[in-house]
Amino acid sequence: MTTNSPTPNPAPRADNARVVRRLLFVVVGMFGFGFALVPLYEVFCDITGFNGRTKNEQAAANVRSVDTSRTINVQFITRVNKGMPWGFEPEVKSVRVHPGETKVVNFLASNPTGQNMVAQAIPSVAPGEAGLYLNKTECFCFNQQPLAAGADTKMPMQFYLDPDIPDHIHTLTLSYTMYDMTANAQPDVLASFDAATSAD
Amino acid sequence: MSTVAGEMDHHDHHHHAPSGITRWLFTTNHKDIGSMYLWFSFIMFLVGGSMAMVIRAELFQPGLQLVDPHFFNQMTTVHGLIMVFGAVMPAFTGLANWMVPMMIGAPDMALPRMNNWSFWILPFAFAILLASLFMEGGGPAFGWTFYAPLSTTYSSDSTALFVFSVHIMGISSIMGAINVIVTIMNMRAPGMTYMKMPLFVWTWFITAFLLIAVMPVLAGAVTMVLTDKYFSTSFFDAAGGGDPVLFQHIFWFFGHPEVYIMILPSFGIVSAIIPAFSRKKLFGYSSMVYATAAIAGLSFLVWAHHMFTTGMPVAAEIFFMYATMLISVPTGVKVFNWVATMWRGSISFETPMLFALAFVILFTIGGFSGLMLAITPVDFQYHDTYFVVAHFHYVLVSGAIFSIMAAAYYWLPKWTGHMYDETLAKWHFWCSLISVNVLFFPMHFAGLAGMPRRIPDYSLQFADINQIVSIGGFAFGLSQLIFLAVVIKCVRGGEKAPAKPWDGAEGLEWTVPSPAPYHTFETPPEVK
Repeated sequence: MTTNSPTPNPAPRADNARVVRRLLFVVVGMFGFGFALVPLYEVFCDITGFNGRTKNEQAAANVRSVDTSRTINVQFITRVNKGMPWGFEPEVKSVRVHPGETKVVNFLASNPTGQNMVAQAIPSVAPGEAGLYLNKTECFCFNQQPLAAGADTKMPMQFYLDPDIPDHIHTLTLSYTMYDMTANAQPDVLASFDAATSAD
Repeated sequence: MSTVAGEMDHHDHHHHAPSGITRWLFTTNHKDIGSMYLWFSFIMFLVGGSMAMVIRAELFQPGLQLVDPHFFNQMTTVHGLIMVFGAVMPAFTGLANWMVPMMIGAPDMALPRMNNWSFWILPFAFAILLASLFMEGGGPAFGWTFYAPLSTTYSSDSTALFVFSVHIMGISSIMGAINVIVTIMNMRAPGMTYMKMPLFVWTWFITAFLLIAVMPVLAGAVTMVLTDKYFSTSFFDAAGGGDPVLFQHIFWFFGHPEVYIMILPSFGIVSAIIPAFSRKKLFGYSSMVYATAAIAGLSFLVWAHHMFTTGMPVAAEIFFMYATMLISVPTGVKVFNWVATMWRGSISFETPMLFALAFVILFTIGGFSGLMLAITPVDFQYHDTYFVVAHFHYVLVSGAIFSIMAAAYYWLPKWTGHMYDETLAKWHFWCSLISVNVLFFPMHFAGLAGMPRRIPDYSLQFADINQIVSIGGFAFGLSQLIFLAVVIKCVRGGEKAPAKPWDGAEGLEWTVPSPAPYHTFETPPEVK
């Protein structure tokens, strides 16, 4: 303890630098991993139906058999996001369908404000597993919906359930939340307002 | 021995104790930096504690008395942020700075200049966070977990300041963790193999890896909140194709390892103190090391137990339930080993031992309520109630903070060269022990009866229980001033401490004189 060593640090400096470099690599990697979780979660939800995610794109209206031995109760729930002034309701609260059978359900929307508005409906299905078997061939939720001041509209949604839907699913709930997208509207959706005005 | 320091002047990174403020601003000495971390964390503990006093004062009676709900929410949020990032984590980093080099026979931390930086950016982070409370619209009011959309759509304009302060805290923690890892890997004295390292060093080594793995994820989460709020991205906004539940997954992927970051070093502290005052070797050293590593590994697989009520598929809920319960196995190994260490030991009850014993019992109570919360079906009842508040305060206050107090009493003689006032310290312990239980134990019942957390008002049937809790809270807050008095008294003077004031203590830190000289182990000791 009394000898005066010229090297207080027993490890060579280069060694420290190597460990630091490796650790920084982990830090940068984990920062990237945080962001990579976003697409990973997307893919995970699409595959498993986790979190009620449902395919929000047009399904092929291919030929399929209708399984009349089963009947599934499909319920509809609608809500508007906080601060969104629209009226938004399904025409019927629920329908009973056979797997494979095509049904059309209308949703009613009204814009009670004095402004032209654009909205987007976001679906969610419970139980999440059922979302994988819900196929929409036509839906207002595929696109942003323009609605002129004071106007109302009837928006169709056409769907069928995949006949492979698991036996234990007897009821599924499809929920739509309507978001105000006026500030972020796509240009072609906004253009529909101009077209409507010039036609008057 | 202490003159060795004076002979080191030709090493330019070892300026010998310049005086005044510059000593503290420019210091690269691990002991100086450790002391600054510890004082900083104690100041933050008092600041965060004052916010808890505001919360308990408001909740003393039903109805709105003192503060408006928005300010109440800011208090719960900033109390949480300060206690987690400002009090507990810097206290552990301070202890690591002081003790890790001395325990492994190293002259300093491996990266002393970075060490200076990692401390000195912290006060700025908390100045930014606290300043945001005085901005128009108030500071963060969305809870320390900053769930989207509370932190994006519905937060005040000062949210950017919250984000930047968390960024700085994260950078500070990451630099601190890198320093600890490099120090432990490269600077152990000859003969100090990994399996000879004291458990405090081991637990900090593992904690540092956890920090490096998850603090960047937190930085990513706050960055996404920032861009969602100010740059119209839609990571967490369903209208734009994002998902608010994704926020919770990212946050808790950070958050659950984070709670172990706040408890693993405690395990190391208690594993040093209990053998010292039982005058026996620690029972099951290697099982302690493996248990710590197992807890750290499992912590990455349990995050969604914070999210049972978000509507996960049953299969996922069952997975996360069992994975969570699995953690009680290595934790049980630890508790068993501490008890087995005391078994037939020759125990004496000085203040560090009292705090360590209280830690073992009260942390275990917190662990049991954690097990209750892990049971998915009942979690639906407990979720977001005071039961959760009781649970995490048992593990963090009577767990982490009690262990930090134990560490402070245990090593104060080494730091200051004086014995602390044992009578006053015992007063601190008993006041803290009684008040902490009056404060947090009744919260279990309030939660089971359905009182939700994070609310400034409650229904009348919770009035009595909240009054008791608040009285416990004020008493606990005041008790900590005794601690401040003990520390100041001990720094100023007192009975001279020998190099090894605790006859059962083991470790290299007790081979250097008290107070520890400014430079220690410039020549590495030989470890057999």
